[in-house]
Amino acid sequence: MVDVTHGAAGPLSAAEVEDVELYHPKSWITTYVFSQDAKIIAIQYSTVALSIGLVALVLSWLMRLQLGFPGVFSFIDPDRYYQFITMHGMIMVIYLLTALFLGGFGNYLIPLMLGARDMVFPYVNMLSFWIYLLAVLVLVAGFFLPGGPTGAGWTLYPPQAILANTPGQQWGIIVMLVSLILFIVGFTMGGLNYVVTVLQGRTRGMTLMRMPLTIWGIFTATVMALLAFPALFVGAVMMLLDRLIGTSFFMPAIVTMGERLAHKGGSPILFQHLFWFFGHPEVYIVALPAFGIVSDLISTHARKNIFGYRMMVWALVAIGALSFVVWAHHMYVSGMHPAFGFFFATTTLIIAIPTAIKVYNWVLTLWRGDIHFTVPMLFALGFIVTFVNGGLTGLFLGNVVVDVPLSDTMFVVAHFHMVMGVAPIMVIFGAIYHWYPKVSCRMLDDTLGKLHFWVTFLGAYLIFFPMHYIGLMGVPRRYHEIGAMAFIPPSVATLNAFISVVALTVGAAQLVFLFNLVWSLRHGREAGGNPWHATTLEWQTPQTPPPHGNWGKSLPVVYRWAYDYSVPGAAQDFLPQNQPPVPRGA
Amino acid sequence: MGVAIVLALVVIGSVVFHFLSPWWWTPIASNWHYIDDTIIITFWITGFVFAAVVLFMAYCLFRFRHREGNRAAYEPENKRLEWWLAIGTGVGVAAMLAPGLVVWHQFVTVPKDAATVEVIGQQWQWAYRLPGADGKLGASDIAHITPENPLGVDPKDPNGQDDVVIQGDNLHLQLGKPVKMLLRAVDVVHDFYVPEFRAKMDMIPGSVTYYWFTPTLAGTFDVLCAELCGTGHTFMRGNVVVEPEGQYQAWLQQQKTFAQLQAPARTQARNEAKN
Repeated sequence: MVDVTHGAAGPLSAAEVEDVELYHPKSWITTYVFSQDAKIIAIQYSTVALSIGLVALVLSWLMRLQLGFPGVFSFIDPDRYYQFITMHGMIMVIYLLTALFLGGFGNYLIPLMLGARDMVFPYVNMLSFWIYLLAVLVLVAGFFLPGGPTGAGWTLYPPQAILANTPGQQWGIIVMLVSLILFIVGFTMGGLNYVVTVLQGRTRGMTLMRMPLTIWGIFTATVMALLAFPALFVGAVMMLLDRLIGTSFFMPAIVTMGERLAHKGGSPILFQHLFWFFGHPEVYIVALPAFGIVSDLISTHARKNIFGYRMMVWALVAIGALSFVVWAHHMYVSGMHPAFGFFFATTTLIIAIPTAIKVYNWVLTLWRGDIHFTVPMLFALGFIVTFVNGGLTGLFLGNVVVDVPLSDTMFVVAHFHMVMGVAPIMVIFGAIYHWYPKVSCRMLDDTLGKLHFWVTFLGAYLIFFPMHYIGLMGVPRRYHEIGAMAFIPPSVATLNAFISVVALTVGAAQLVFLFNLVWSLRHGREAGGNPWHATTLEWQTPQTPPPHGNWGKSLPVVYRWAYDYSVPGAAQDFLPQNQPPVPRGA
Repeated sequence: MGVAIVLALVVIGSVVFHFLSPWWWTPIASNWHYIDDTIIITFWITGFVFAAVVLFMAYCLFRFRHREGNRAAYEPENKRLEWWLAIGTGVGVAAMLAPGLVVWHQFVTVPKDAATVEVIGQQWQWAYRLPGADGKLGASDIAHITPENPLGVDPKDPNGQDDVVIQGDNLHLQLGKPVKMLLRAVDVVHDFYVPEFRAKMDMIPGSVTYYWFTPTLAGTFDVLCAELCGTGHTFMRGNVVVEPEGQYQAWLQQQKTFAQLQAPARTQARNEAKN
C-alpha cells in the first residue's frame, strides 16, 4: 500500500489526455436550462429526482394511513391502494434512487473527483437529463389519465398487469411501460458517459487504484446498469406489445371472468426472469454508489484512511459480477424448476462474503480513528446499522427453503426497505450534507440536520424492525386490509397503527430537511472551499462553487491515493490528492 | 458519546424485542419444522453478527471520538485480519446454507405415498379437485372451461369422471397423510398459502406447479392468496380443515364428482328412480 500512497513521486510524463475543448454556453438558456455542464445537469437530475421522490413519500403516507387505520379513509379503496404501492415502489427504486445516485451524484462527482473539466460527451449528457425528465412526466401522466396509474405492483407481473381486474389497465400500464423505456434510453446515454469519463477522462496521476471509492461505486454500478437495464427494456417492449396489439409473449391461454382471451402460448414466468435479471442487479446499482460514498464519508469524518482499500475495490467488483447470477432468488416460490433453488441459494449466500468484508472495513476504519460526529458522519453510521440489519435478513430470504414461508409476507417488505430503502437514503442524506457546501458555498444548518438524522434513523428502525416479526407470523404484503384472520392477533393492528404514526413523523422530518436545503442557500454559514478538510480533488478546486471547466487554467495533478488522512509526520491531518510529496529526507 | 449509547441501546432493544414481543410464527401444523429449525439457526447467527458489529461500532465511537489533540492511526491494510474475517464469514454462511439446501431437497422431493389435491385459483376464489376412486386426476385444459365446467376438466377423459370437485367450499385434508398440492391458475398468478403449513408456491396460468407437506395438526386454518392478483387480492380467502381419517372419509363421501356435477338433472332423475 505504500506504493499506492507515495507512488509517482518522480517526474510525471506528459498529459495522457489532451485538455478537452469545452462547449462554452453563450446565453442564460444554454448555461442553466439546456446546459451541457455536468454540474448543472447533476443539479437538474437531483432536483427532479427529489421532487418525484416527494410524490413517493406522500404515496407512502397514504398507504400507511390505510394499513394503520383501515376503513377510516374511505377514499383509499383497493384500487387506489394498489396504485399507491405500485407508484411508490417504482418511483423510489428507479426514478429517485437510480437517478439520484447516478444522474445526480455521478454527474457532479465524476468529473470533479477525477480532475476532469466535464464529462466526455457533454451533449449526450444533456440529452440524458431531458429524456429522464420526459420519462418522469410520462410516469406522472398516469395519475391524470382515465383509470389512473397502474396498480400491478412495482414488479408488474403479467398476466394481471395488463388484464382488466387490475387498476390502471386502460392507460396506466401503458404510460408506465413507455416511461420505463424512456428512462432506460436516457440512462444509457448518461451511463455510457460516466463509464467513458472514468476510463478516459482522469487527470494525470489519477490511476484507477487511486480513485476515491465513491467513483469506484458509481462506476461499477453504471457498468452493471448498462448490462441489466436492457433486460427490463426488452420485457417492457414485449409487454407493451402484448397489451397494445395482442401478442402473447407473456400471455398463456387465459379465461378471465368467464371469458376466453385470444392470447395463447406465452410464458408469464419469462417476464419474471427478465424483470429480475434487471431487478436484482438494480438493488446493487443503488447499493454500490452508496457503498462508495459512505466509505468516503466515514474516512473523511473519522480522519482516517479507509481500511483495506484494495479489498474494498475488489469487493465492489465481485459484488457487481455476482449480482448477475442471483436474480432468481426473487423467484423461489414462482413455480420455476425447483433445482434452480440450489444454485441461486448458493450464489446468493456467497455474495454475503464480499458484502460482509465491506462492512468490516467500514467499522475497522472507525477503529483508532479521530471520529467527528458531523451530520454526514451520523448518517453514515445510520447507514451501517440499517444496512447490516437489512443485509442479515437477506440471509433468511436468500436461503431458499427459509424464503418459502417468508416470501410475499411483510418480512420481505421490512427487509428490502431496510436494505435498499432506508440504508441508501441514509447515504443520500449524508452525501447531501457533505457536498452541499461545494455546490452552494454554504453549510447546511447543523441543528436541523441532527434533528433530521435522529428522527429519520430511529423512526425508520422503529418502522421496519418490528415489521419483520409480523411477516414471520405470516401477515401477507400487498393486502389492502388484513381483515379477520384467525392466526393474526389484534395486537398486529395496534402495531400497524404505531408504525403508521412513526412513518408520518419520519415523513414530517423530511420537510425539515427540505426547509434546511432552501433556507441554508441564503442563510447558511459560509463554507469555504474545503470545510471538511477532505483529500479528494473536488475540494481542491480553485473556486467554490467550481465554475464552468472546474479547474481554471490547468488541470490538477494527482500524487497520492484518496485517503491520506492523519499521515504520520505530516503537519495537517490530511494531504490532498494533488499535494506533491515532500522529497524524502527533506 | 451519545451516539455510542444510542447504538448500544438499538442492539439491546432489538434483542429484548426479539424475545419479548408477542409477534412470532404461528404454531406449525405440518412436517416442515425443519424450515423453522433453519430459521432459528439463521436468527442466532445473524443476531450474533448484528450485535457484534453494532456493539463494536458503538465501542469505537466512544473510544475514538474526537478530542482536542487526538490524531487517527495510519493503517491502510491488515491482510491477515481481512482474510480471517472473510474466512469466518464464509464459515457462518456455510452453516446457514448447508441445512437450508438439505431441507430444500426434502421440500422438492415428494414422497411416493402422497395423496394428490389439485388447487385451482381464479380471481378471487379457490376451487379444488381430488382424484376419485381410480386415484387419477382427469386431464384438464383452459379450452374446456364453461359455466358448468369451471375447472376445465376434459369431459371425454374417463379418468376425470370420478374426480371430486369442490367449489365455493373448504378443502379438507387427512391428518398425518402426506399430500402433494398440484397448483393451477386460469387467469393470473395466484399463490395458495396457509401460514401454519409454512409452504407456498405460485400458481401460474399455463403450467402446473406443486409443493407437498404432511398436515400434523387437526383444525381449521386460513388460506390466503400470497401473490398480487388484482383488485380483489385481499379478499381471496378460504379455509382448510385438517381432520383424522374417519371424519375426512365421511366428508369425502358427501362431495360430488365431476360426472355428477356435469349431469345434475340426469343424476337427480336416476336417484329418484331408485327410490
